[in-house]
Amino acid sequence: MMPDLGKYADAVLSSYALSLLMLVLLVALSLWRGRKVRAEMEKTEARVSRNG
Amino acid sequence: MSIAAKANTIWQYANPKKFLATSERVLPFFWTSAAICLVVGLVWGFFFTPDDFRQGSTVKIIYLHVPSALMAINCWLMMLVTSLVWLVRRHHVSALAARAAAPIGVVMTLIALITGAIWGQPMWGTWWAWDPRLTSFLILFLFYLGYIALWEAIEDPDTAADLTSVLCLVGSVFAILSRYAVNFWNQGLHQGASVMRAGAVTGTDTTEKVSNVFFYPLFLCIIGFVLLFIALVLYRTGTEIRARRIRALLARERAGA
Repeated sequence: MMPDLGKYADAVLSSYALSLLMLVLLVALSLWRGRKVRAEMEKTEARVSRNG
Repeated sequence: MSIAAKANTIWQYANPKKFLATSERVLPFFWTSAAICLVVGLVWGFFFTPDDFRQGSTVKIIYLHVPSALMAINCWLMMLVTSLVWLVRRHHVSALAARAAAPIGVVMTLIALITGAIWGQPMWGTWWAWDPRLTSFLILFLFYLGYIALWEAIEDPDTAADLTSVLCLVGSVFAILSRYAVNFWNQGLHQGASVMRAGAVTGTDTTEKVSNVFFYPLFLCIIGFVLLFIALVLYRTGTEIRARRIRALLARERAGA
């Protein structure tokens, strides 16, 4: 299944590995921060409305 | 619908609540379609396209290099538009959208620079050259870092939005330059446009262009990168809106204490 990349295998595979790693990290960090901020906002809203 | 009515339809998204409600409704579509396009495009390109007769298997790098480079430039142009909206109309959502887009632009520029260097080494015999397109791309990357640093460095969000918007206007020169540098200067290693050229796609110009066997999966990857960018910008802008709401609530709490 794996195509024969010949003498350029290192170049092609490292390009894919680094690019996909950066894309996955970008999406994961965005989702992680998004969830954290949303939870923090709900907590702050609840506290502020409780304290009037 | 008249132009004025259409404009009013757009400006309703300057309301953070309306923006959040709409983006939450459309985000599943963008995440899903981005994932489908990227997986199909990359698998097609990597496994089911032949080697190029000159570049060998390194041609497979095109499916990451070209879409990321396109998004690196277009992300800055999107930031330019939203920065102008902030400067002219003072809509906070537009300033926050520009802030949310910058880290995406950094990653796209970095992917373009790294894959370009890895591709360049076997083809040109060097990882890097001070070629007009490469150099303007490096400067664009530095502008992205400076833009993010400026947002972080200034405490007052409105002042930060003002100053980063001005920086964005200045950096736009390099965003445009990185796209058209090869047309302005003939020296340099980087080739001219061979993908996103209307004449090349329709066949009305005879200059060398990317063969259709590579173009179709590449086009799918470009669509995937665009959809991923939209999904990320919408999601991250929502996060920035919520972070701003937390700051406002805390300020109100302190004032009431």
